[in-house]
Amino acid sequence: MDWGFIFERTFSAMIGPEVMVYALAAVGLNVHFGYTGLMNFGQVGFMAAGAYGVGVSVFWLGWNFWVGVLFSFVYSAVLALLLGIPTLRLRADYLSLVTIAASETIRLLARSRVMQPITGGVEGVNQFAGPFYDLSPFELGKFYSFGPFKYLGRDVWVLLVGWTILILVTLMVRALMKSPWGRTLRAIREDEDAARALGKNAYFYKMQSLMLGGMIGGVAGMLQVIQKASVQADTFNPVITFTIWTILIVGGAGRVWSPIVGASIYWTLIVFVENTLRQLPEGTRLSLERTIELSDFNIAMLRFILVGSGLLLLARFRPQGIFGSREEMALDRR
Amino acid sequence: MTVASAANDNTPVVTATSVVKTFGGLRAVDVEKLEIRRNKITALIGPNGAGKTTFFNLLTGFDKVDSGTITLDGQVITGKPPHQLAGMGMVRTFQLTKVLSKLSTIENMKLGALHQRGEKFWSALVPGSWTKQEREVEARADAILQRFNLTHMRDEYAGTMSGGQRKLLEMARALMTDPRVVMLDEPMAGVNPALAQSLLELIKALPGEGRTVIFVEHNMDVVQEISDWVVVMAEGRIIAEGTPAEIKSNKAVVDAYLGAHHGEDLSQVELS
Repeated sequence: MDWGFIFERTFSAMIGPEVMVYALAAVGLNVHFGYTGLMNFGQVGFMAAGAYGVGVSVFWLGWNFWVGVLFSFVYSAVLALLLGIPTLRLRADYLSLVTIAASETIRLLARSRVMQPITGGVEGVNQFAGPFYDLSPFELGKFYSFGPFKYLGRDVWVLLVGWTILILVTLMVRALMKSPWGRTLRAIREDEDAARALGKNAYFYKMQSLMLGGMIGGVAGMLQVIQKASVQADTFNPVITFTIWTILIVGGAGRVWSPIVGASIYWTLIVFVENTLRQLPEGTRLSLERTIELSDFNIAMLRFILVGSGLLLLARFRPQGIFGSREEMALDRR
Repeated sequence: MTVASAANDNTPVVTATSVVKTFGGLRAVDVEKLEIRRNKITALIGPNGAGKTTFFNLLTGFDKVDSGTITLDGQVITGKPPHQLAGMGMVRTFQLTKVLSKLSTIENMKLGALHQRGEKFWSALVPGSWTKQEREVEARADAILQRFNLTHMRDEYAGTMSGGQRKLLEMARALMTDPRVVMLDEPMAGVNPALAQSLLELIKALPGEGRTVIFVEHNMDVVQEISDWVVVMAEGRIIAEGTPAEIKSNKAVVDAYLGAHHGEDLSQVELS
């Protein structure tokens, strides 16, 4: 068993591209659910909007990459507006229905044959992120090591930019939530009518929250496809949304740092379990294989089963998440 | 206070004319004419299901009228959403208190202040633009908490409060909007007798500050003690109005409460 290799992989995952992307998407969901109580079950739809916003504007419209980035930012805000207009006046459940349906519609439309000239269909869009990597001070194909962390040069560049954005966005959300604006959101989360009776236009605030969180999700999607250098419709499936929810709940909804810590814990566990399963000593592997064949596919499934069981235990014994407050949670039952 | 209004004291502050609200076949509210007198305490009473809360909801914009007109200081407010009415000086509390349990007491209070710069998205990002106003709001909140005897709960989650304290907080929070009209839906329900007395005193003080009070209440002793005017509803209609003393001796009202006509159609009962 090569523990050195396992730990290298695990450490690199701790702050790797997945953590950066999922944490940012979870920051957006935290604005929605954690602070405003909006049940958005289509966060991946906003990621797809961000991803295709930049991919399509470069690939199909032939725009400059940076204009595409700007466009994709606006595009995810418009998507939030469109989803919010019919649903935010209604009861909370309608937003969940509409968001999950919209995120699937986006994916299925993007991969459809009709849209192939625009979105690239199932093959998706490649070669649009060049200008981003042109700015890299790191050699794209070279490995860089920092203590226990080891990444390709191109990933170091993505991570540097991504984490800077992630930290800045997190600090911005923290500042917002400490302000009277954030107080109004938290009031709406708990009781919309109370806020309305006190002169707050709840619809307007919920719309602002939906747009802000959606745009943050859009940036996450953008960073994801820049890192992968390709936009693939099927990477934006509903499982991503639920992974983001898991991350947020593990960290504790409505807490500033929980998206980052939740994402880091989630991906560290996944990568650790996966690499350990691959590197099991001969004896253990053989005895395990009497029950289940350790093929690549099975390992990919097993890691979810094992990590999932662990997270279930966390939910059982620490339902408020890592940062959540038990006291606050107990107030729900009074 | 900004409460002082150009209108003189004899004009009604709130009027409702031919206000009708039906739920399916049920005519929940059918009010021909009601005028609420300025800077007085008006009690709205009536048996369960008389339509008091629905009428409250119509006045405060939480429910839409089928037909009819409601005015506030002469301005038609029918169909306006609650947050606009709150901005115009009409604030309400709820029968089941809507204290925000995961916000601290002081945060609940500060939420009540209107026109906060820090509640705008872009200003919120620049603390310098709102911290001064926030301090003023906080000072005002602390003064009201003091008056309501809630200072010791200031930094506790509002969810840890007793039922009576929640009623106090909800009323205190409503005052943060600096309202002209305060509408209290069963302010005394579930309040223990010790607390009830101080709550009554607080309500009684409101007209002196230039605020009109409309409240729904079941407890007749409370109604007798604090109200200047009593409006009696039954089956969606107003069946009587008058001073507390007049209402006390009104046969229809007594019957409605004591059930002399139990099971009969109250709108058919002749008024004395």
